[in-house]
Amino acid sequence: MSEHPLPITPLVQIPESGDPYLQGFKCKSCGAITLKSRMACAKCGGRDTLEPFRLSTKGTLHAYSIIYRAFPGIDVPFVSAIADLEGGGTIKTNLIDVEPDPEKIQLGMDVDVVFQIAPRKDAEGNEYLAYFLKPAA
Amino acid sequence: MGSEDVYITGTDMIKFGKFPDRSIASLGAEAALLALDDAGVTINDIEALYSGNLLMAAGMVGQQIQQEIGQTGIPVVNCSNACATGATALREGWTAIKAGIYDIVLAVGVEKLAGAGMLGGGGGSRSGISPEGLLGSGAMPCVFAEAGMAHSRKYGTTFEQFAQIAVKNHHHSTMNPKARYQIETPLEEVMNAEMISYPNTKLMCSANVDGAAAAVLMSEKKMKELGLGSQAVRIRASVLTTDPWTDRDEVMPDVNTCTRNAAAQAYEMAGVGPEDLDLVELHDCFATAEVLHYENLGLCADGEAGKLIDEKATWHGGRIPVNLSGGLLSKGHPIGATGIANVYEIATHLRGNAGKRQAEGARIGLAHVIGLGTCCGIHILEAPSS
Repeated sequence: MSEHPLPITPLVQIPESGDPYLQGFKCKSCGAITLKSRMACAKCGGRDTLEPFRLSTKGTLHAYSIIYRAFPGIDVPFVSAIADLEGGGTIKTNLIDVEPDPEKIQLGMDVDVVFQIAPRKDAEGNEYLAYFLKPAA
Repeated sequence: MGSEDVYITGTDMIKFGKFPDRSIASLGAEAALLALDDAGVTINDIEALYSGNLLMAAGMVGQQIQQEIGQTGIPVVNCSNACATGATALREGWTAIKAGIYDIVLAVGVEKLAGAGMLGGGGGSRSGISPEGLLGSGAMPCVFAEAGMAHSRKYGTTFEQFAQIAVKNHHHSTMNPKARYQIETPLEEVMNAEMISYPNTKLMCSANVDGAAAAVLMSEKKMKELGLGSQAVRIRASVLTTDPWTDRDEVMPDVNTCTRNAAAQAYEMAGVGPEDLDLVELHDCFATAEVLHYENLGLCADGEAGKLIDEKATWHGGRIPVNLSGGLLSKGHPIGATGIANVYEIATHLRGNAGKRQAEGARIGLAHVIGLGTCCGIHILEAPSS
C-alpha cells in the first residue's frame, strides 16, 4: 500500500513539493488542448507534437446535471459538471460546496478546481487524490 | 458512386416490448420474415444479409437469424456501431447495392434490452477506484442532460420545454400500436416523474425494450423487374459520419457536430433541404437530445428550438412532425433495431399506411440516429412515385 495518495487519473500530477495540479497536453502544431497523451494529435494528426500542458485552476461552468439515480454504492444527489478552464482545456467532475438545486447553480458562473482525497479507497486500502469543482471564492 | 438508386421494397418491425422467453434470433427472424413478406420475396431471393446488434456483437446474431429463416449460404455481415447499429447495417446493404455487387439484400436490427437499467459510466477503472460519481457521471442520462444544459446556457432553454418533448412523443405513441407504451403523459406528470438526471425525469429517458425491425433493399432494376414501384421507397440519401475533434469532446461527447455534418451531406446527396421534409424520426434517446437535433438537422434556426416546441410545430399536424412513432422515449429503444425501426416508420408514412398518426401527404422524410462514441446515421427517403 502506498504511503501517499495516488492520482485518481493520470491527469492529476502530485509533485514532490508544491501543490498538485492537472496536466493535459497541448499540440505545438495546431494548439489543441487534450487531457490525455495520444500517438498523434486528435485534431490535426500531428506526430510527436503533444507537449505537457498545465491546466488552470480557474474556469467557467459550461454544463451540469444533478444526478438522482446512480449505480449502486454511489451517494446521490450529486452534481456532475463540465467546466472550461482559463487558457484552454475542459474538464468534468463533481461540483461541490453547492446545493444540488438548479436555482443555486448558474450556468457560466466562475468555478475553481480544488484537490481533495477521494472518499473511496481501493481494495488494497490506497487513498486517491481527486479533483473537484466548486464555486469561485 | 453508382448511378442506380436503391429502394426499400419491404419493411416491418415487431411490436416493441419485453420478451424474456424468446431468443434474440427469433425476434430478429420474425421482423425479417415480416419484411420479406412485405416485399413479396423469400430468403431464397436474398443475396446478402446485414445484421445489426450491439450487446451480443460477438454472438454471430445474423447467422442465428439465418438458422431460423433459412441457411442459404449467403454472406452475412454482423454490425455493431452503438445506437447507430441498425442504421449502419442498413447502410452497408445500400452501399453494396450501390456498388453493383447485389440487387437484393436484407437488413435486420435486433436487441434484447428490457430490464437493462442505465447504460454507460458503470464500469470500474482498470486500476484504482471507479471515477463514477466522483469525477461526475458517465451514465447516459447524465451525458445527455449535460448536452441539454449546454443548450440552456446558450439559449435559455427551460426544464418545461425539455419536458414538452416527452409529452409530445408519449402522445404520438398512443397512435402507434407497435410502440412499447401507449400512454398519455401530461406536462405535470412528466415534470413530476422521478428525477433521474436533471433536467431529464424518468419519462424523459428512452425505454429499454426488446425489439426487432427489418428492411428489404433492392436495386432499381430488381424493383422494376418485380413490379414493386407502387410500394418502393427510394433512398435519396444514406450518410454515416463520426465525430470530428471538438474542444470539449473528451468530457462531453459531441452529438451535434457529427449530426450537422451528416445532415449537410444528406441534404446535398438528396438534393433537398430541411424545408422539403414532411416528417422526421430523430434520436430522442433523452428529451434533451431531441431539442439539440431540431437545430442540428436544420428544422429551425440555431437558438429557435425552444420556439419550435412552444409553437407545437413538431406535433402531429404541425409544420414538421417529429417522432410520430412515439420515438425512443415511448416506442422504445432496442439499440440494434432502432435505426431500422426509424426507417420503417418513415417508409410507412411515405406509403400512406401510418393510420391515425399518418403525416398527411408525406413525400420526403428523414431518419436520424446517434451512436455514442460517436457516430451519426441519416437516411432521407422518398415516397413511391406511382
